[in-house]
Amino acid sequence: MYTRNPVGRFIVLFCLVFWLGLAHSADEVRIGALYPLSGQVAKSGEDTVNAIRLAVEIINNKYPDLGIPFAATEGLPALGNAKIVLIVADHQGSPETGAAEAERLIVQQKAVALIGAFHSSVAATSSQVAERMGVPYISGESEATTLTERGFKWFFRTTPSSRTQARDFFTFLRELNKRSKDQIKTIAVVHENTLWGQEFAKSVEGYMPEFSDFKLIADISYQQGTADVTSEVLRLIAAKPDVVFHASYDAEAILFARTYKQYKFSPRGVMAIGAAFGSSAFREALGPDANFYLVREHWSRDLASKNPVVAQVAKLYRDRYGKDMDGTPARAFVAMMTLADAINRAGSTDPKKIRDALAATNLAPDKLIMPWTGIRFDQTGQNDLTRGIFVQTLDGAPRMVWPFDQAAAKLVWPRPAGR
Amino acid sequence: MSGDLLVQLFLSGIGMGFIFALIAIGLTLIYGVMNVVNFAHGEFLMLSMYASYLAFATWGADPVVTLPFVAVMMFVFGLLVYYLLVRRVMQGSMNSQIFATFGLMVFMQAAAQFIMGADYFAVRSGLLSGVLEVGPFTLPAPQLAAVVGASTATGALYWLVFRTATGRSLRAASQDRQAASTLGINVDRMYALAWGIGAACVGIAGSLLSNFYPVFPRVGAMFVLIAYVAVALGGFGSIHGALVAGVIIGLLKVLAGFFISSQLKFVPVYLLYLIVVLVRPRGLFGRL
Repeated sequence: MYTRNPVGRFIVLFCLVFWLGLAHSADEVRIGALYPLSGQVAKSGEDTVNAIRLAVEIINNKYPDLGIPFAATEGLPALGNAKIVLIVADHQGSPETGAAEAERLIVQQKAVALIGAFHSSVAATSSQVAERMGVPYISGESEATTLTERGFKWFFRTTPSSRTQARDFFTFLRELNKRSKDQIKTIAVVHENTLWGQEFAKSVEGYMPEFSDFKLIADISYQQGTADVTSEVLRLIAAKPDVVFHASYDAEAILFARTYKQYKFSPRGVMAIGAAFGSSAFREALGPDANFYLVREHWSRDLASKNPVVAQVAKLYRDRYGKDMDGTPARAFVAMMTLADAINRAGSTDPKKIRDALAATNLAPDKLIMPWTGIRFDQTGQNDLTRGIFVQTLDGAPRMVWPFDQAAAKLVWPRPAGR
Repeated sequence: MSGDLLVQLFLSGIGMGFIFALIAIGLTLIYGVMNVVNFAHGEFLMLSMYASYLAFATWGADPVVTLPFVAVMMFVFGLLVYYLLVRRVMQGSMNSQIFATFGLMVFMQAAAQFIMGADYFAVRSGLLSGVLEVGPFTLPAPQLAAVVGASTATGALYWLVFRTATGRSLRAASQDRQAASTLGINVDRMYALAWGIGAACVGIAGSLLSNFYPVFPRVGAMFVLIAYVAVALGGFGSIHGALVAGVIIGLLKVLAGFFISSQLKFVPVYLLYLIVVLVRPRGLFGRL
C-alpha cells in the first residue's frame, strides 16, 4: 500500500478521489451557497444563510408536524433519502470574489447547484460562471431586473424582480378602485436618484400604458443625501396627486414625512417601496405620525393568520438563531426549498437534469411560506407567480393589509387628513 | 401656480437659508481669525446633534432646553481641538493644517459610526417641531428658530469683534500675529477663543437642527458643503457675508428645485459661486 512508485501513488490517489466522487453522488447532494458573511452587510448575509441552513435541516431530518414538502421524511425521497450538504462561501459583497468562489464551489467542492447571492451585482458575476460550467443557479433575493434578461439557461429566480415589484402598486390601486366610489386617478413618483430609485421610477413609467386608468402627473427625482426637501414637497402640493409612490432611504423618509406634516400635504395615500417608511427608526422618530404609511413588502409574520406553516417556520428560525425572521431570509428559505423540489423530481444529481426539473417547476401556494400564488418559471427563469404585500403602520405596529384576501388588519384609506 | 405658493416658496427658501447661514457663521469666524479652514465643521455639527439627541433620549430634555449646555460643551470641545491638534500644526505648511482638520473629520465620522452605529436617531415631537401659520403661509418652527439664532449669533459676534477689548485683540491677532504679540496680546489664547466660539456657534446650529433632522454619522456632510459655499460666496472671514450668502443659497435652492428640477437644485448655487469667484474673487463682502 505504501508504495514509493509514483505511478502507484497516482493510482492510489486516483482511486481515493474517484471513491470520494462516488461517495458524493451516492448519498449526498452537494449545494454551494454564495453569501456575504463579512463586510458591510455581513449581518444580513448571515441572517439569510441561516434561513437556508434551516431549510436544509428540515429537508435532511424528520419534522412530522411541519406541513411543507420534505419535512416528514429524511433527505430527498427520490434519491434514496440522500441528504443535502450545504457548502457556504463568503463573497464579501465583491463581484470578483463571488465569481472566484462560484468556480471553487463547482470545481473543487463538486457542487451540483448554486444558491445566492444577496447582492445582485454578485449574482450577476457568479451566475455567469455557473452558466459557463453548466450548473443550475437559483436566487431567492437578488432583485435587479436585468439578471433574468440576459438569456441565461441555468439561472432561475424565485423572488420578484425590481420591475415586477412596481406592478403591485398598480394592482393594489386597481383593486381599491373596484371597492370604493372614491376613485384614484393621479399618481406622483418621488424617488432618490441612485440606481435603485431610478429603476423604480422607470418601472412605474413602463407600467403606465398597461394601467392607463391612472395618470402619472409628477416625477420628482431628488439627490440622495439632500438636506431639505421643501421644494420637492411644494411641487407635490402644486401637483395635487391622489397618491404618492416613494423610493427613499431612511434619512430622507423621515425628512419627507416631517415636511409633509409641516406643510399639511395630505394625499389619500403614500405608498413606498423598500422598508424606509416602515422601519423601526422611522416609527421611533415620528411616533404617531408614522401611522398610515404603506410599505410594499415581501413577507410578514401576519401571513401566519392564513397559513399556519409560516408561524411554524418563523418559530423554528427564532428558536435556532434567536432572531425574528424577516422578508429576505424567508425568500431565501423558499428558494432552497424550490431547488430541493427540483432535485427530487430530477431524481439525480446530474446538473442538466436538475436544470430541466427547475424549468418545469410548478409549486402550489400552500407549499410555500410566501404570499405568492405559486412558483413557475417563465422563459427567462423568472418566477411569474409572485405577489407582494402591503404593510401599513397602524397604532405604531406594521400590519399586513393587502392582498385583501390575506389581510391581518383592515386598511385605513384614505389616510386621515393632517397626518 | 398661485401667488400664495410663490410667496410660500420665498419664505421656505429664506428659512432654509438661515439654517445654512447659522452653520456657516462658525466656519467663517475661524477662517477669519486664523486663515484655517476647518474641514471637520460638519462633524462638529454632528457631535452637537448627537449630544442633543442623547440628552433627549436619556433625560427627555428638549433640545431647546439643552441648547446652552450643548453650546458650552462645544465651546470646550473647540478649545480642545485647538490646543491638542490645530496649534501643533500651525507651524507646519498649509497642507498639514488642511490634512489635520480633514483627518479629524474622518476620525469623528468613524468614531460616531463605531460608538452609535449607522442607525438614524431623531428627537420626537420637540418644542420646535411644529409650524407657525400666518394666513395661508406655513413657517416651520426650526426655520424660524434658525432665523432668530443666526441673526442673534451674527449680532453678538459683531458686538464681540468690533465693540469689545477682546474683539480688538482678536482682530489684531488675525491681522498681524507678530505685531499683536509684541503689543502684549496673547495670540494663542485669541486663536483658541476663535475655535471655541466657532464650535459653540455650530453647537447652537446642531441643537436647533436636531428638532427636525435625524442624526447619523454622515449628517454633517449633508449641510456643510453648502456652508463652505456660503463662506466662499459671502467672502472668507466675513460674518455678515456668510449670513447673506446663506440666505441667497437657500432661496436659490428652493426656487431651482421647484421650477427647474430637484436633481439640479444645486446647479444654480454652484454656478453663482463660480461667477462670483470669477468676477469678484474675494466674495461678496470679503476683504483681500
